[in-house]
Amino acid sequence: MRMPGCEQLESCIQCGTCSGVCPLSIYMSHTPRQVMALTRGDFKREVLHSHTIWLCASCYACTVECPQGIRITDIMYELKQRAISEGVYPRRFPIPVLAHEFNAMVQKHGRITELQLVIRMFLKTSWVAALANWRLGLDLLRTGRFSLLTERIKRRGDIARMLDAVDGTKGRS
Amino acid sequence: MIANPGNQPEVRIGFYVCHCGHNIAGVVDCPAVAAYVAGLPGVVLSRDYKYMCSDPGQELLQQDVREHRLNRVIVASCSPLLHEHTFRQATAAAGLNPFLCHMVNLREHAAWVHTDRHAATEKAKALARAAVRRVTWHRALEVKRAPIHPQVLIVGGGIAGIHAALVLAEAGKEVFLVEREPSIGGHMARFDKTFPTLDCAACILTPKMSAVGTHPRITLWTYSEVTKVEGYVGNFTVTVTRKPRYVHEDRCTGCQECVAHCVYKEAKFRDEFNEGLGKRKPIYIPFPQATPQVTLIDPLVCLNFKKGVLTNRCKQTCVEACGDRQAIDFQQQEEYLQIKVGTILVTTGFQTFDVRRMPQYGYGTFPNVYTALEVERLVNASGPTGGEVLLRDGRRPGAIGIVHCVGSRDKKTNRWCSRVCCMYSLKLAHLLKEHSGAEVYNFYIDLRTPGKGYEEFYDKLNTEGVHFIRGRVGEVTDWAVTPEEEGKLVIRVEDTLAGFVRRIPVDMVVLSTGLEPRHDAQAVRRMFNMSCGTEGFFLERHPKLAPVSTFTDGVFIAGCCQGPRDIPDTVAQAGAAAAEALALIDRGYVEQEPNTAHVLDDCSGCKSCLPLCPYAAITIDPVSRKAVINEALCKGCGTCVASCPSGSIGQHLFEDDELLNEIAGVLAE
Amino acid sequence: MKFSYFPGCSLKGLGRAYEESLLPVMAHLGVELEELDDWNCCGATAYMAVDEAKACVLAARNLALAERSGMSQILAPCAACYLVLNKTKHYFHDYPAMQQTIGRALGAVGLSYRGATAVRHPLDVLINDVGLEAVKQKVERPLSGLKVATYYGCQLVRPYATFDDAWNPTTMDRLLVALGATIVPFPLKTKCCGGSLTGTVPKAGIRMVYILHREARKRGADCIATVCPLCQFNLDAYHAAVNSRYGRVVVPTVYFTQLMGLAFGLPENRLGLNRAAVRFAWRPPAPVPASRPVAAPPLAPV
Repeated sequence: MRMPGCEQLESCIQCGTCSGVCPLSIYMSHTPRQVMALTRGDFKREVLHSHTIWLCASCYACTVECPQGIRITDIMYELKQRAISEGVYPRRFPIPVLAHEFNAMVQKHGRITELQLVIRMFLKTSWVAALANWRLGLDLLRTGRFSLLTERIKRRGDIARMLDAVDGTKGRS
Repeated sequence: MIANPGNQPEVRIGFYVCHCGHNIAGVVDCPAVAAYVAGLPGVVLSRDYKYMCSDPGQELLQQDVREHRLNRVIVASCSPLLHEHTFRQATAAAGLNPFLCHMVNLREHAAWVHTDRHAATEKAKALARAAVRRVTWHRALEVKRAPIHPQVLIVGGGIAGIHAALVLAEAGKEVFLVEREPSIGGHMARFDKTFPTLDCAACILTPKMSAVGTHPRITLWTYSEVTKVEGYVGNFTVTVTRKPRYVHEDRCTGCQECVAHCVYKEAKFRDEFNEGLGKRKPIYIPFPQATPQVTLIDPLVCLNFKKGVLTNRCKQTCVEACGDRQAIDFQQQEEYLQIKVGTILVTTGFQTFDVRRMPQYGYGTFPNVYTALEVERLVNASGPTGGEVLLRDGRRPGAIGIVHCVGSRDKKTNRWCSRVCCMYSLKLAHLLKEHSGAEVYNFYIDLRTPGKGYEEFYDKLNTEGVHFIRGRVGEVTDWAVTPEEEGKLVIRVEDTLAGFVRRIPVDMVVLSTGLEPRHDAQAVRRMFNMSCGTEGFFLERHPKLAPVSTFTDGVFIAGCCQGPRDIPDTVAQAGAAAAEALALIDRGYVEQEPNTAHVLDDCSGCKSCLPLCPYAAITIDPVSRKAVINEALCKGCGTCVASCPSGSIGQHLFEDDELLNEIAGVLAE
Repeated sequence: MKFSYFPGCSLKGLGRAYEESLLPVMAHLGVELEELDDWNCCGATAYMAVDEAKACVLAARNLALAERSGMSQILAPCAACYLVLNKTKHYFHDYPAMQQTIGRALGAVGLSYRGATAVRHPLDVLINDVGLEAVKQKVERPLSGLKVATYYGCQLVRPYATFDDAWNPTTMDRLLVALGATIVPFPLKTKCCGGSLTGTVPKAGIRMVYILHREARKRGADCIATVCPLCQFNLDAYHAAVNSRYGRVVVPTVYFTQLMGLAFGLPENRLGLNRAAVRFAWRPPAPVPASRPVAAPPLAPV
C-alpha cells in the first residue's frame, strides 16, 4: 500500500521492537510488526480490518525505539485515516466511533466537552458499557465535574472555513 | 593567449579517445571527438579505440610514438587514478619521458554524469582541447627514488599486532611493537573460548605473546603510546611516549613479592582486566599470562601517591619485598623515545559499545544485567569466580537471556552489523549452559553464521536445548505482572516467528555488545594521516583490491580498527598487512612522484610559506636566505604555491603555463 | 516571564483541577499567563486518526493566534496538546506541502503563521526558566516524608524529547525533590496510561491503569504525580473498576502542580484537590525529635 509518510516502511527489518515496546500489543490481533509486514506486502483488507490500528494509543514508544527510524505511530494514523475514508472500520467498535464524534464536536463548537463526548460514544456503541460506569458518574457529580454545558469558541465559522480550505488536499506530500 | 613554447622542438601530439566498451562510447561520440582533435594545432595523429588499456591498445600507442615521432601523448579515457600509471608506462616503453603523457577523464567527467549525447560530446571536445593546450607545455620530469628503512612500527598489541610482529620478525625485520596497556594480548586475552572450535583463547594466544616478549628482533614497548609521526613512506620518524609504571622492566622478575607485601592486605580496586568483576591491589600484574611479566603501580590508588602526586607517605613494604632487585622506582617519569621506521602497521582494534546508551536494557540499574565481555571473564577458569556462573548477588541463575545486536543494526546508535556477536553469543550460550545448567534464551534479529564450521555450531546449539527467539528485545525490566515474575528480570519481546509478544522472566541478562571504533580513533587517524569511513573505522585504500593499504603510502591497517571482524579474519588480515610491508621493504626503495613544488629565483625569503606547509618540507637557506623545499617531504599539495605573495614557487606538472593554457583551452570555442 | 496560556479542553473539563492548581502556582512564582483568546481544540489523537492535514490546521490556528497576539511562547500543560502543537510545528517546518496547506487554510480566515511560536510545557518552564533555586525559595511546607511515584506518561517525552530524556525523564523528579518530597523508583514512568482505551476497550485500558497503581503501591508511593489530564483522569476516575477487578491497589493521583501548591503553602481548597475521586490528603509531619520515627502519611479511604 503506497501511502505518503510510509516510505520509510521499506527499510523495516521485521525485528519486532515495535511489538516488544508496545503496551497494547498483547491485545492486538496482529502485532504492530505484523501490521508493518502486511502493509508492505499490500494486504490491504487484512490491515484495514485489523483491530490493531484502533488499539494503538499513540504513545509513540515504537517510533522512539525503532532501530530503523520508522515513524510507526504516524503509519498507524495513516492506516486509521485510510480505513475511515474507505468506510471499512468495525461499526460498533467504540474507538472509531469516538474519533468520529470527537471530530464532529470540534467542527461544530471548536472545542470538546468531554462528558458530552463520552455519553455520545456510549449511545452509539453500547448502553451496557455506559451503565457499567455508573460509579464513575457518581464520582464526577461528587467532585463537581459533571458538567454538560457546551464549551464553544466565539468564531465557530472560522473552523469550518479553515477545514473547507483543506478539503481534498493531503498534508505532507 | 599563450603560444607555443619557443624553447622546445616542434610539438607532435598523439591523441587517443577510448570507448571503454560502452562506458564512454555509450554517451560520447568518440569518433567525432577524435576527428575534432585531429584539426587542433600540434596534433599529428588522433584516433578512437575500443579499449586503450588493453595490450593491443598500449601496443598501438607505442608504435605510433615511434612511427610518427610523437613527443606528446594524450589518452582520453577513465580516471587517472585507475590508468595513469598504465599509460605513463606505455609512453616510457616507447622511449618518451612518461610525464609527457597526459590523461583526460572522459568516463567520470562526461560519460557517467551526463545523458545528453550531444552535450556530452561537446564537453568531451572541450576537455580534449584543454589537454592539447596543456600537454604542449609539459616538460620531461624525473622520478626520484628514496631508500626504505627496513624497521617496522606496529601500533597496538592485540592479536593483529602480535601476529604481524611475529611474521615480520621471523622474516628478519626489526619490529617495534607499541601497546597502550601494560600487557599485550588485547581483547582476545580476555576471551574464555573461541568459536566455533571452542579452543581456549589463552591456550592459543599465550605462546604467541611470549614469543613476542622474547623475540630478539621485536622491541616491545607496553604502557606506551605513539605521540608523533613525521616523514614519509620509507622514512618515518616516530615519537613514542612511555608512561611510568614505577617498576623497571629490566629489573622486575615478575615474582610478585611486591604484590603479596603491599600494605593493602586485600585487593580492593577495580580490576580492569576482569571488567571490574574482580579486584586488584595498587601494585599488580594485569593477568597471570601478561607479557611482559612485569608489575606496575597505579598512582591513583597507591598510598605513596595522593591523586597521582608522589607523597612518600607509605611504608613502602613493596620496595622492601623487592629487595636487592630494586625494581620499584617511585621517581620514574614519562619517557620519550624517537625511532626511525620505513613502514607502519596500525592495529589499534576496537572498543565495545557502551550499553549505558541503551537504558531500556537496564545495565547499571539491575546488577544482574551483564555485558558479553563481563561474561567472558565470568565463565573463565582464571576469572573472578573461577569459572563458576555466580551472579552479582551471589545467586546461580536458573534462566539466562542473551540479547543480540545491542549497539548494532540500530540507526540511533551504530548502524552496522558487528559481525561477531551472533557467533560469540552462541558460544556464550553454550558455555553458560555448560557451566550453570540454566535455561538459555537467545533473542536475535537475524542469525548470521557465515564462516567455516559456524553454521554447524549453530546446529549443535539447537540440539543442546538452547532457546532461540527471533525478536529484538523491547525492554528488560524488574516490574512483575505475574507471581512467577517476582524478583526476576523480565524480558519483553515479540517472538516474531510465532507472532506473539512474550514476557520472559530470567535471572541473568547478557547484552551482546557491538564493536565500534575506539574513542580516540579520530586522533589516531590524524596522527598517521589516514582516512575514516562515516562510521569512524579506518578506511582502506580499496575495499576489494587494497584492503590493508591506506591512502598514505607505507601505512597499513589490520584487524578491527578497519571494521568489525573475528579472530580468523583478523589474523589473515594481519598476515596480509605484514606481507605488504615486507614487499615494500624488500624492494628497498620508493619512487616519488615528481609533482613537487620548487622555489624560483625571485623568492624574497618572507617565510610566509613555512607555517603553511602541512609536511614541514620548507626551510630557509641560511646563506641565500631563500626558501628551500625538501623534495622527499613535499607531497605536492600546492598550498605554498598558491600562497606565495610574490608567486615565486612553482610546481612540477602544475606550472602556471600548463594550468593557464589548460583553462584557456577549455574556455576556447 | 510571560506566556500565552493554552489550557485545552481537558483543563476546562474533567481536568479542571490541573488549571485550578497551575494558575495560582505560576502566579506565585511570578510567571504571567495570559489565556489565548478564542483558542480551539488541538485535535488530539482523535483528529489525527481521521485527517492529518485537518488536524494540523486545527492546531496551527492556535499557533497563529498566539503569534498574532505578539507572544513568542505558548504554555501547554496538557501532554496531548503539547505534543499536537509541537508535531504541527515540526510538520510545518519539515514538509513544504503541509506548510502550504496550513497557510491556505489559515488564510481563509485571515490568519497567518510563520512558524516561530515556541511550544512549552510547565515542567520545562519551571526547570529551565524559573529554576529550581527560585522554586526552593518559595517552599514553606516541605513535603518531607512524602513518597511520590513520578509518572510522565507518553506524549510529553515522545516522540519529541524536547526538554527531557525519552526513556528516563527526570525533570519532575528534580522538581519534587526541591519541594522536599522523596521519589520512589518507578520503572513505569513513561508507560502509557491507556489513553481513551479505559472507556473504549476497558479490558485493556483498565488493566494498564491497574499495572501502574500496583507498581506504585509496591514501590511504597503515597501518591502518583502526573503532568497530563488524561493520565490523571484514567488513574483516578477508574478506581472503582480497578479495585473491583483486581483488589484494592489504587493510590491517590495528583497533578504535580497540586503538590507544588501544597509545598508553597497555598490554601488547599484553591488547588482543586477536592476534584479527585480518590482524595489525597497530606499533613506535614509535626516537628518531632529526629530520633523518633516519622509516621507514614495516612492514605485517604478509597
